[in-house]
Amino acid sequence: MSASELVFKSASELATLIRDKQVSSAEVTRAHLDRMAEVEGAIHAFLHVNEGAVDAAKAVDAKIASGEKISELAGVPVAIKDILCTVDMPSTAASRILEGWIPPYDATVVARSREAGLVPLGKTNLDEFAMGSSTEFSAYGPSRNPWDTDRIPGGSGGGSAAAVAAFEAPIAFGSDTGGSIRQPAAVTGSVGFKPTYGGASRFGAIALASSLDQVGPVSRNVLDAALFHDVFTGYDAKDSTSLNYNWPSMAEAARLGAKEGSLKGLRIGVVKELNGEGFQPGVKALFNELVELATAAGAEIVEVSAPHFDYATAAYYLILPAEASSNLAKYDAVRFGLRVAPNEAATIEEVMSATREAGFGPEVKRRIILGTYALSAGYYDAYYGSAQQVRTLIQRDFENAFAKADVLISPAAPTTAFKIGERVNDPMAMYLNDITTIPANMAGIPAGSIPMGLADEDGLPVGVQIMAGIKKDDLMYKVAATLEALLAEKHGGSVLDKAPRSYALKGGAK
Amino acid sequence: MSEITPETISHLANLARIALTEEEKELLATQLDAILDAVAKVGEVTTPDVPRTSHPVPLVNVFRNDEEVHTLDREAALGNAPDSDGTRFRVPAILGEE
Repeated sequence: MSASELVFKSASELATLIRDKQVSSAEVTRAHLDRMAEVEGAIHAFLHVNEGAVDAAKAVDAKIASGEKISELAGVPVAIKDILCTVDMPSTAASRILEGWIPPYDATVVARSREAGLVPLGKTNLDEFAMGSSTEFSAYGPSRNPWDTDRIPGGSGGGSAAAVAAFEAPIAFGSDTGGSIRQPAAVTGSVGFKPTYGGASRFGAIALASSLDQVGPVSRNVLDAALFHDVFTGYDAKDSTSLNYNWPSMAEAARLGAKEGSLKGLRIGVVKELNGEGFQPGVKALFNELVELATAAGAEIVEVSAPHFDYATAAYYLILPAEASSNLAKYDAVRFGLRVAPNEAATIEEVMSATREAGFGPEVKRRIILGTYALSAGYYDAYYGSAQQVRTLIQRDFENAFAKADVLISPAAPTTAFKIGERVNDPMAMYLNDITTIPANMAGIPAGSIPMGLADEDGLPVGVQIMAGIKKDDLMYKVAATLEALLAEKHGGSVLDKAPRSYALKGGAK
Repeated sequence: MSEITPETISHLANLARIALTEEEKELLATQLDAILDAVAKVGEVTTPDVPRTSHPVPLVNVFRNDEEVHTLDREAALGNAPDSDGTRFRVPAILGEE
């Protein structure tokens, strides 16, 4: 097999080849670095390339040669969203305020992936501090959608999604606060899952909104995501919101779901509020086809209503800015990050204000100001307080829905990828991209997106979202694997099989 | 419902310690007005009997055992500081001339 073909293999296939010594981790890693060098000019998925990648791969090769059992994914390269701290690479959250910052510790999830023999390829692009749905708010320029480089790859984790969809990495880390794993997966034809809140450690994940943030896997198929999930999740004493729970193997659930199916007698809830107005016709058509496919495979389809989902986006854009305005207070020009002094006699408060003016981009400023307003005396109850009450109502909607259905499905995003520049100056239009994904974060439930086809009107990928109850991540993976297998059978292959593999360099791309 | 002026933005920017330019204040006043009109919708469905939720999974506070553990060496902690004297963070003047 030629080296350039390696990049089109899945993570589990690569792991098997490495384990069987058909190919070394160093060769696999080099093939991916070569692919990055070839396509990054057009895609710009990465903010930083790991110079130590090949050495790290060689170290894994040596362990494998000595007979050490490391993990099922040992030797496989991984891309890391630049919201996660890495001791050997800058960790910027795509912000100027953290330009060049090399943290003194690894995020727990990163440390665990290294221990499992995964090889970091580099850090992927995102909207600054994960605030956005397109990567256009990255301080270092947008990433591009491999299906059409004039379009957004979703956000905030557009870099990770573009990296796997452009075959620059087989798997990648994502983080999801209101859909930052699932919406990019949907618009790039890739796969992404947000675990149950507390399933993955947030230690070393640069905080956006602490009650919503969750780290999860990004990949090209369900099994790879599940294998990767098993590597980095689980209790961490360094994160006090981490769940001390004996999680079953997600890989086992995915394998079972693909092999034996999981739909016979399964009650699948279709959320009425997540398939109505504002959804692109091609998205709705593919979703209806999927529902028919699931029915034919023995699932019982139940329509469920979640009336408060219509208020989820409003509540989210109060809770998130409120938490973010507090979390981002730490960028004070004292302990790390940028320091800008307006003049020599400037006081610390003037330095702080000048630093934050220079270091934060427009969306970050917008959300900090909004959060500061929502938390102000006199407005607190009307805005933040009401938003927290809506959060309760959304959780109750989910409780009612899960009493009638085992899993819930909806389109993962209301539209296919939009054009770069189209919504960047209209905050409300950008915020409405997340209507399908936000409810899961508000309730902490696991949710993921897998591709379900290409929209008729524009030929771009469309994702289906699968949601399960708290701690039912294994059920989510099992059902996702079954749906993936049924879709592949129906379409004669996966959506990403149809993805372009070379890209035109467009004006404005770095 | 909301009436955000550039003066309101000025006040909020001061609280948030961001030295916004006049142009930014003008733009944010317009944008915040539109955003607040949209998010004020949360008030339509909430009644006093609905409890507030701050967290997705009910948790109690977690304390670790009161044992010494290694965290960061001073060198590593100061390594990224914009300014330090090698043992402490060095900061600009806390108080101005006045």
